[in-house]
Amino acid sequence: MAVSTNTILICAGGACISAGEKSVKQVLEEKLREYALDGVVRVVETGCMGACDLGPIVAVFPEGVYYQKVNTENVKKIVEEHILKGRVVEEMLFEGPQGKIAAEVYEEHPFFKKQVKIATRNLGIIDPMNIDEYIARDGYFALTKVLTEMTPEQVIEVVKKSGLRGRGGAGFPTGLKWEFTRKSQSDKKFVVCNADEGDPGAFMDRSILEGDPHTVLEAMTIAGYAIGGQKGYIYVRAEYPLAIERLKNAINQAREYGFLGENILGTGFSFDIEIRIGAGAFVCGEETALINSIEGKRGQPNVKPPYPAQKGLWGYPTLINNVETFANIPPIIIKGADWFASIGTETSKGTKVFALAGKVKNTGLVEVPMGITLRELIYDIGGGVPNNKKLKAVQTGGPSGGCIPAEYLDTPVDYESLKELGAIMGSGGMIVMDEDTCMVDVAKFFLQFTVDESCGKCTPCREGTRKMLEILEKITRGEGEEEDLEKLEELGKIIIDSSLCGLGQTAPNPVLSTLKYFRDEYEAHVKEKRCPAKVCKDLIRYVIDSEKCVGCTACARVCPVGAISGEVRKAHDIDPEICTRCGSCIEVCRFGAISKVSP
Amino acid sequence: MEKSVCKEHEKLYRELDEFIQEVEGDSSALIEVLHKAQQIFGHLPIEVQEHIAEKLNIPVSKVFGVVTFYSLFTMKPRGKYQIKICLGTACYVKGADKLMDRFKEELEIEEGEVTKDGLFSLHAVRCLGACSMAPVVMIGESDFYGRVTPDEVPKIIRNYKNRGGK
Repeated sequence: MAVSTNTILICAGGACISAGEKSVKQVLEEKLREYALDGVVRVVETGCMGACDLGPIVAVFPEGVYYQKVNTENVKKIVEEHILKGRVVEEMLFEGPQGKIAAEVYEEHPFFKKQVKIATRNLGIIDPMNIDEYIARDGYFALTKVLTEMTPEQVIEVVKKSGLRGRGGAGFPTGLKWEFTRKSQSDKKFVVCNADEGDPGAFMDRSILEGDPHTVLEAMTIAGYAIGGQKGYIYVRAEYPLAIERLKNAINQAREYGFLGENILGTGFSFDIEIRIGAGAFVCGEETALINSIEGKRGQPNVKPPYPAQKGLWGYPTLINNVETFANIPPIIIKGADWFASIGTETSKGTKVFALAGKVKNTGLVEVPMGITLRELIYDIGGGVPNNKKLKAVQTGGPSGGCIPAEYLDTPVDYESLKELGAIMGSGGMIVMDEDTCMVDVAKFFLQFTVDESCGKCTPCREGTRKMLEILEKITRGEGEEEDLEKLEELGKIIIDSSLCGLGQTAPNPVLSTLKYFRDEYEAHVKEKRCPAKVCKDLIRYVIDSEKCVGCTACARVCPVGAISGEVRKAHDIDPEICTRCGSCIEVCRFGAISKVSP
Repeated sequence: MEKSVCKEHEKLYRELDEFIQEVEGDSSALIEVLHKAQQIFGHLPIEVQEHIAEKLNIPVSKVFGVVTFYSLFTMKPRGKYQIKICLGTACYVKGADKLMDRFKEELEIEEGEVTKDGLFSLHAVRCLGACSMAPVVMIGESDFYGRVTPDEVPKIIRNYKNRGGK
């Protein structure tokens, strides 16, 4: 057997794949073969490494050198310079705000420095298709410990003491949920993993499923033992085919190794897991709707109580936790409740994974201790807002959450603090918005989402959100009236009070929170018929500055409706009657002569 | 001619029946069966729904209810290349709506419609989870395009047109 001297890790997370990871890997392997290195150097596709904006990322071990933005051309240098000659390819190294980061100290990159990885501990380090690599990182050790040394009650006690709360958004204490399900009397019980990650802008669970599927299987089996269950279901979105493929592979491997199935590890405990695939309904993230969907029905929510812990899947007690919650379980069992509880704040223990996106330099997946401030998260880890723009707001919790304005950036990230501000922790989507974002438009965007996704069962949610959307559309068209703002608030409160499930109860949040913090922007739309961020099409005009325009005709050529006229080398003009406000002209103008104005 | 169409159809139904047998006619597997049926037939016309209802021993109304509830199921045919434009928050903030407009303009269809040649259909989809590459377009099940600008749209369409029906 050839001795493997180098291992090359290549990130196969969603963002890196869309940045061309597959072809990079192909060229990398060809190049290795060309130098007869294919037996000596191992290439491993890992889960998401987190720094999605720098992808595709390639890391060379044992040196621990991380290369960013690798393409089919420069990947050859990694083989020819680094692998063959032992010389680090300096120009491809990770770049920080102070320049290139020295090869061995990539952890010093501010993107990684403030992170604490528990749920995502194996992402970007192991090959998710290989169970041995998971085992080598203490995988299935927690399960072994639980099955051979602990009673179910002891397991629940540890989870309770750790202070872990549900990472799906609501933050219910996980240990309590386990205890309730344990106490429900029944000969049949189920464990369900909610992997129906539906919030737009959220890809935490996807990354965990794709990058470390075994951790979910191990945690579900531990949960099964703790509550007295026999079977588990993972409910995954159909939009995540790669996650489904890797889960299927992981389940087969776990069965083969005796970690799943009959008589696990010879202890007499039996537990098996099946995958159920969603079909594109956001409301199925709600636990009772999810149960209906697993049963093959329309995914509409039921009245609670009874809670799933009492009457869930097919009427049997059912424990439902989300992917990230499960991913925290094995480390808690191995390292203990006190260790976990020592991280975070008084009421929010441990870490939270966020998908950082929007107008921020380092987009990607980050895991941070609870209690970190939004400022640290966005500026120290995220690198701040690009193009010297000003940060305007941070949106957390997706369509159920709210917008937090820039003046609250020093708020610690924990369940209670975010809720106080009218936002929520949510499942972990965090979208940064800069001065070019119109808050009314953002609120409208989220309302469109809920209108589409409302299952229709409760009238306030079905009709109320539609009414709110109509009002917002009216406002962004410049036809808003002053009483519209009060109407929005009133409607919002009624929808929150009278909807059955979490979807309706939180749907007005994006509107109410923007109304609270950015009322002046709403008022500008209503009273002055003006969009301060210059986004709402009906309220803006494109104009050409005749001083700056040199008459290059680039804009006139790109305009899809022929709204721009003017002679060559003379200042051009835009006809506002024809212009559709598509913005193509601004993008091609090299002289900064075109701008948007709002009266 | 007609006979061969019939035969082709029979083959498709046989494939579906085999899958139903695999799940042992379990009616709770309805969503899985519908996924499979849509993969086989391309969409879920009422005849296929009736067939499934019969095989799973449940009312057609229940099948219809499920088909119309979930956004991934369709009763209308879709294009050979389904163009899915992510309208998640990150993509929206980075101008995905402009991409959608450009695709509509270039293909001369509205969202949810199919081009006359049956090659393309246009769909707005929920977050595809590649927010760092926003705005994102996915064509078919595996072709990802990140950081797409409206100007790249004609080129993307051309690529698939050149492949034609292949």
